[in-house]
Amino acid sequence: MKTIARYSVVLGALAIFTTTAVAADDPIKARQELMKSVVKATKLSGQMVKGEIPFDSSAASNAMQTIAGVPDKYVTLFPVGSEKGGETEASPKIWEDMAGFKAEAEKLKMSAMKGVEAAGKGADEFKAAFGELVKSCKSCHQDYRIKKQK
Amino acid sequence: MRRLIGAVVGLALAGGIVFYVLTMPRLIGQSALPQHVADLKNGEYMFNAGGCASCHSAPAAAKCDDLKATDRRVLAGGRCLITPFGVFYMPNISPDPEAGIGGWSKIQFVNAMMRGVSPAGAHYYPAFPYTSYQRMRYEDVLDLKAYLDTLPAVSSRPPGHQLALPFRMRRGLGLWKRLYLDGKQYAAAPKADAAVKRGAYLVEGPAHCGECHTPRDLFGGKVTTARFAGGPAPEGKGYIPNITPHKSGLGGWTEKDIAEALKTGLTPSFDSFGGSMVAVQENMAKLTGKDRAAIAVYLKSLPPVASAVRAKDEKAEGAN
Repeated sequence: MKTIARYSVVLGALAIFTTTAVAADDPIKARQELMKSVVKATKLSGQMVKGEIPFDSSAASNAMQTIAGVPDKYVTLFPVGSEKGGETEASPKIWEDMAGFKAEAEKLKMSAMKGVEAAGKGADEFKAAFGELVKSCKSCHQDYRIKKQK
Repeated sequence: MRRLIGAVVGLALAGGIVFYVLTMPRLIGQSALPQHVADLKNGEYMFNAGGCASCHSAPAAAKCDDLKATDRRVLAGGRCLITPFGVFYMPNISPDPEAGIGGWSKIQFVNAMMRGVSPAGAHYYPAFPYTSYQRMRYEDVLDLKAYLDTLPAVSSRPPGHQLALPFRMRRGLGLWKRLYLDGKQYAAAPKADAAVKRGAYLVEGPAHCGECHTPRDLFGGKVTTARFAGGPAPEGKGYIPNITPHKSGLGGWTEKDIAEALKTGLTPSFDSFGGSMVAVQENMAKLTGKDRAAIAVYLKSLPPVASAVRAKDEKAEGAN
């Protein structure tokens, strides 16, 4: 048991180290990966909200926790020099108004945390919270993302 | 010599007269308007379908290209559209009789919306989507005016457009209109089903989807062979998606996906809308589910057109 625990710690540390290494090397890739994890969690939640898959309180809560964990890290991945390249859809406005961008990220975190709470209450509450979460997605993408051709 | 000067002056005069005649505003006459009792509810519906607030509401932040609005019912203007031709500032269309459009008659409003001509007879720039609004029914335009008249009056005066020199002369827009403003209201294909007709009316008329989703030529006119096929954003940043049923467009989307995305702002792959489409989607969310479905049906009925290859890719190919 002790060995497993030790391994987990080492593995965990390694994971953090790797993410940090990738982030330092390639912040564009790192932030895109983080956003992919948000999309994945949004998809799972959205499917439950639409009734495509049955509502599952703990799965919903996990998804919202995943999203809530992203913004703080995410906003550190826009260093000067990462404005272009790697198919980034980041708008130059991020660098012109970092405070505004961080405020949007904070909104996402807050709405995801409310989503965690709502997931414990029931499907209807979760649906409402999900609607609010999507609003924060749109609000940030309205100002800080520039769509590129796929 | 005197004869030569005479000939040159004569030619210049003749050219001037031809230019003057060709660029004269062509107006809708009072007699074309139907007898109509305004329906405010439909006016509000047209206000949402037409996206008036997306351009004419005051920006929430101090920057003129801020896309958010604090109150979409306050049409004070002041937003800007940064284009290759220069910067357009959206005018005040609140009912203030001096700064806004409160003093306009019905026919003046109809000619502004459907012919792009101001009450004083000046041409509007096609940043104002009158090439789409010309497709609308008079009743819908009149209802819209009646609704706009109920909104708060604001006395602010936005700055004038800042355009490159050749585009500062509005008179020349008369020639542009000869090319790109056909003056035709929407007429449904007789065999089309009701949903396609309603969807077509909304997409081609009030909702003016093609103003962004159809690429533009060198003169700023819509490219008729690539209707709704997307292209570089007119503001010069990013890319407007292809909304034809081609595989590079909405080919992989069902009608339900399209209607749902217009309602929620989420794509079938659970990405969210962004940029100027957010305000559009929030307007579309205010329409009936039936109308969103009709828009979806119409978009899926369009001829599929492939997206143009991205300029960057072309360059890369050229380099090889």
